[in-house]
Amino acid sequence: MTALTVSRRVLSGRWQGPAAFTAVAVLALVVAPLLLEPFRLGLLAKYLCYAIVALGIGLAWGQGGMLTLGQGVFFGLGGYAMGMYLKLNDAGGDLPDFMVWSGVEKLPALWKPFGNPVFALAMVVVLPVAVALLLGTLVFRQRVRGAYFAILTQALAAALVILLVGQQGLTGGTNGLTNFFDFFGRDVAADETQRGLYLLVAVVLGALYLGARQLVRSRFGRLLLAVRDGEDRVRFLGYDPATVKTLTFAVSAGMAGIAGALFVPVVGIISPALLGVVPSLELVVAVAVGGRFALAGAVLGAVVMGYARTYFSEELPDAWLYLQGALFVLVMTLAPKGIAGLAANVVRRREARA
Amino acid sequence: MEGVLNQLPIGLSIGAVLLLIALGLTFTFGQMGVINMAHGEFIMAGAYTAYLLQGVGFLIALPAAFVVAGVMGLILERTLIRRFYGRPLDTLLLTWGVSLMLQQLARDLFGAPNVQVASPAWLRGGIGILPYNRLFIMALAAASVLAIWAYMNRTGQGRRMRAVMQNRRLAATSGIDTGRVDQRTFFIGSGLAGVAGVALTLIGPVGPALGTYYIVDAFLVVVAGGLGQLRGAVLAAAGLGLLNSYAEFWSDASLAKVVVFVAIIGFLQIRPQGLFFVRSRALS
Repeated sequence: MTALTVSRRVLSGRWQGPAAFTAVAVLALVVAPLLLEPFRLGLLAKYLCYAIVALGIGLAWGQGGMLTLGQGVFFGLGGYAMGMYLKLNDAGGDLPDFMVWSGVEKLPALWKPFGNPVFALAMVVVLPVAVALLLGTLVFRQRVRGAYFAILTQALAAALVILLVGQQGLTGGTNGLTNFFDFFGRDVAADETQRGLYLLVAVVLGALYLGARQLVRSRFGRLLLAVRDGEDRVRFLGYDPATVKTLTFAVSAGMAGIAGALFVPVVGIISPALLGVVPSLELVVAVAVGGRFALAGAVLGAVVMGYARTYFSEELPDAWLYLQGALFVLVMTLAPKGIAGLAANVVRRREARA
Repeated sequence: MEGVLNQLPIGLSIGAVLLLIALGLTFTFGQMGVINMAHGEFIMAGAYTAYLLQGVGFLIALPAAFVVAGVMGLILERTLIRRFYGRPLDTLLLTWGVSLMLQQLARDLFGAPNVQVASPAWLRGGIGILPYNRLFIMALAAASVLAIWAYMNRTGQGRRMRAVMQNRRLAATSGIDTGRVDQRTFFIGSGLAGVAGVALTLIGPVGPALGTYYIVDAFLVVVAGGLGQLRGAVLAAAGLGLLNSYAEFWSDASLAKVVVFVAIIGFLQIRPQGLFFVRSRALS
């Protein structure tokens, strides 16, 4: 048996998925940290944070049919929870710097518990999940769905941004929370810390991907697909679609919260501009470009769009918006299943020929 | 007390603008299942039309903006949206791509900074707490609603439009050219967004991102008013406009949007399909 036939067997059989996952994991955990300079590694870490959000969107939208245009809200809740802890930790008992600048004299009650790292880390997941559970229960129980749901999540993102910008003394306003120094005893800007953070983000993404895949393959996942394709039929079969949707929405919100919390030490800032209507939509589009019906497609889309944005806004800043807009139009018109759909077509064609 | 009264024309005129925007959305959404994110850019196009026609006369800008935005909508419908009927969520992303390109186009054509359109002299001043410019916007919206009502209920074209909205396949079977009806609806709806854009030049500056400030609220009007419902849109727009301005007045501007959002979610608990809807036995 030659190496070629082994590799062909691996690539076609039931080991195809695990083999690809291992290859990507080696690439991300071993090759990338060795090859990339710190700045580029930091960028990749940022894209992987977005990929975690995209994974959640892939789950809610691709598998569950819920087009959520407000993942920035959950990303922001996680990010601000982490940012508040880091700010209080840096201030060491005093007021955070931006509060002093905006004339706040006493630490607001909302901030106090976030001085505790355990509480703050718990809130990273609890806050987004709680908001999603509440919104999901209220909306899905009333059978508000499809475009209505999309519009409501978008309105939530818009409202949160205006709220954050307006409450300057509490949230740092437009600037958001930034200027972090210490991350759990390490200098957050040091190359070593950043490398460690990159590995952490990659491992978290990998673990969440495996978890999401398991979820999709479970009985719950089948029910989710059924709800996407025929909600009323599922109801007639005696299941409650609202619960299925609400739980999935909450899982995707939790993922976005984790992504936001990781984003803060990696990039060094969380601000309203990072979580409004436009960034939320950009991530949805990244998922569409990568392929919404495959979880791996969602992750791939986030990374590809992240690189495209960095590359084009460095090289052709004026043309980027045209390119981005044209790309969406082309993808939606010609390849509604995204890169993953195109890849699946190629594989199918090759198998048909063989 | 005077402050409370002062908010009334502000809220109603915002509601009037929202109504002009939401009318186009509710018909394209209700009739074709299209969620048009580029609708906001038709507002912007209307506003820039008024900016370009400043010397010519304000009253000429209104029909001009209607035609400019209407033709843009028609082109969008013919080239892209036509391929997407029955896939509402995809049209949302598609038209958002279009909207990004149109915004950048406006930046390249007119520059990124906001521009000010001089209000005509006869709209400065006011009676008591009622500024003429806000009164004019309300009158404009009222006239537009009347015209739309007459069009829908008193003309053959309007009757065909309602037929397609209620049951597309049955309408097609009855010999109605649904494609033509879709084109007309898109033209009129987009044109009204252009008119809204001209109205907005009376109360603020014009910039490439003008539409994005109003599009989310306009969609909320559609959700609260019910799909394709003229009276629903009127009531929901007035309600949302007033709620916005009073929430800003009593709390502060940053909380207002949250209050509105909570109110909408609360409202949907009572009326999940909006204020008015066509009763049917269909499940979805």
